[in-house]
Amino acid sequence: MAARSANKIGEKRSTSIILGVSAWLVGLIFFFPVFWMVLNGFKTELDANASPKLFFTPTLEQYRAVTAQTQGLLNFNEAMMNSIVIVGVSTLIVMILAVPAAYALSVRPVKKARDVLFFFISTKFLPIVAGILPLWIIARNFGLLNTRTVLIILYMGLNLPLAVWMLRSFFKEVPVALIEASQIDGANLRQQMVRVMLPIVAPGLAATALLVVIFAWNEYFLAVQLNPVNASTIPIWITSNVSTRGNFLAKLSAASTLATLPVVIAGWVAQKRMIRGLAMGAVK
Amino acid sequence: MEQEVSTELASREVAKKARLRRERWMRRLPLLPALIFTILVTQIPFVMNLWYSLTEWKITPPTPRAFTGFDNYATLFTNTFFRSAVWITVVMTVGAVALSVLLGLGIALLLDREFFGRGLVRTLLITPFLIMPVVAGLIWKTQIFHSLYGVLNWLITAVGFQPVEFVGKMPTWSIITVLVWQWTPFMMLIILAGLQSRPTDILEAARVDGASAYTLFRHITLPGLRPYLELGALLGSIYLIQVFDHIDVITGGGPGSTNVPYFVYQRSIGGGWDFGQAAAYSTVVVAASLVIATIGLRLLGGLLPKEEI
Repeated sequence: MAARSANKIGEKRSTSIILGVSAWLVGLIFFFPVFWMVLNGFKTELDANASPKLFFTPTLEQYRAVTAQTQGLLNFNEAMMNSIVIVGVSTLIVMILAVPAAYALSVRPVKKARDVLFFFISTKFLPIVAGILPLWIIARNFGLLNTRTVLIILYMGLNLPLAVWMLRSFFKEVPVALIEASQIDGANLRQQMVRVMLPIVAPGLAATALLVVIFAWNEYFLAVQLNPVNASTIPIWITSNVSTRGNFLAKLSAASTLATLPVVIAGWVAQKRMIRGLAMGAVK
Repeated sequence: MEQEVSTELASREVAKKARLRRERWMRRLPLLPALIFTILVTQIPFVMNLWYSLTEWKITPPTPRAFTGFDNYATLFTNTFFRSAVWITVVMTVGAVALSVLLGLGIALLLDREFFGRGLVRTLLITPFLIMPVVAGLIWKTQIFHSLYGVLNWLITAVGFQPVEFVGKMPTWSIITVLVWQWTPFMMLIILAGLQSRPTDILEAARVDGASAYTLFRHITLPGLRPYLELGALLGSIYLIQVFDHIDVITGGGPGSTNVPYFVYQRSIGGGWDFGQAAAYSTVVVAASLVIATIGLRLLGGLLPKEEI
């Protein structure tokens, strides 16, 4: 479609080249900090803590250093394990709760579905920081400070409204006629879900789960307030690589590359669907 | 005989009502677990806050908790640090949202045409949005803004100027720059979705009638994009008004960079340990958020087609 519109404008060849080159230039500028981070991760501290260098002898020294097991410090393996468990479990439960909720807001809507949907979204407006004091006190009273459980529960609270919102927009695309036809054929609710709806909404489910994973994986505020000691996640491990003594630039870069890689690759793969789910949630 | 008929009718009526009620609950059932969980997790903390805010409760120095009514609220707005935090929140949110929407619009227009490597450029562009905020803040601070090793200052000195202490001299705008870097891709993708759902037939017709590129943009493209621009700005504001991570790693809440969330944090478990006072600030923040949410949701309500639900 874009090709058609570009050609039909009949823009001059020179204009077309200039616009294409500008797009590339903007893309490269936006990507540069990421490129620079990855590059610095392969430098020695001496090379990194100097006037910016593009050419150097690459080394894996920093990757070895940041993943090494050090007594008494937060280890990469530990943080990775905590992040995987917390993000994995919370995402799984979010999806288990969000799928039926989104169904009840789209396919066979409850009364006042619109108000319920708005309630879910309105919780995203509440500033988390304003709730941190009660959350900290509740967590302390239940002995949940520095546990994985507290972050699993809170990440569910953060992401459930978003998941309901996104899933609803994907469910809206299932033709009602198709569901009614399957009902006439005597399919029960479970069969309707698995045989009729699942194939249609599967890509949407994947995109939603991915966005939930990204937000949970990147979350720092709650993790650092409630889990600063044990059960620390990857974002906390990142900040632990900033030291006040000695040079840390190359090590920080290597650590940052490790921490962001999984989410960046997943985001690249699912870029189109992810944003469609967010945008269409409101517009379509 | 007549009576029998009427009782039968009545019992049928009852059975029908019961069936309807059961039907309604069957519809509600799938919704309830998610709804109840969300209500519990998101509303309880704020109710507790409301109660805390009416008490005198300091951890350092430890004082017994006492009910003091609205005392905590009396001094709120006379605190100059709070007023400055409010101002910084406004500048940061409005600045970052406006800039990322404008940049996102420009870039989306550049990408809405066929050129070599279009998919790759889009992939490069969305990457900043996927980067962990803590990482984004630290990388910009130590490798882009830094006065000795930063790429930006290397560029500035290369063209003959003095290096600038970006983070020290202009903390608010340093943070805004990082926020814009992360959120422009998000805005761009939403606007791109809007551009690609434009009615091509109207565009064609206007073109045949000899409309200029500017006229097309001003009178067809831009009005059509409005819901997408509004949606982008709304979603951006929800997240950007609460920015914490970037501030924490870039300046640690130094002068000129403490927004309201960071201020509230500093008053409570971030070092102030004055729980009563902090809770009062939180309550004010929640009240303000509710006002913004009401406006935002009204906007969103305009975006959602009414007949759909």
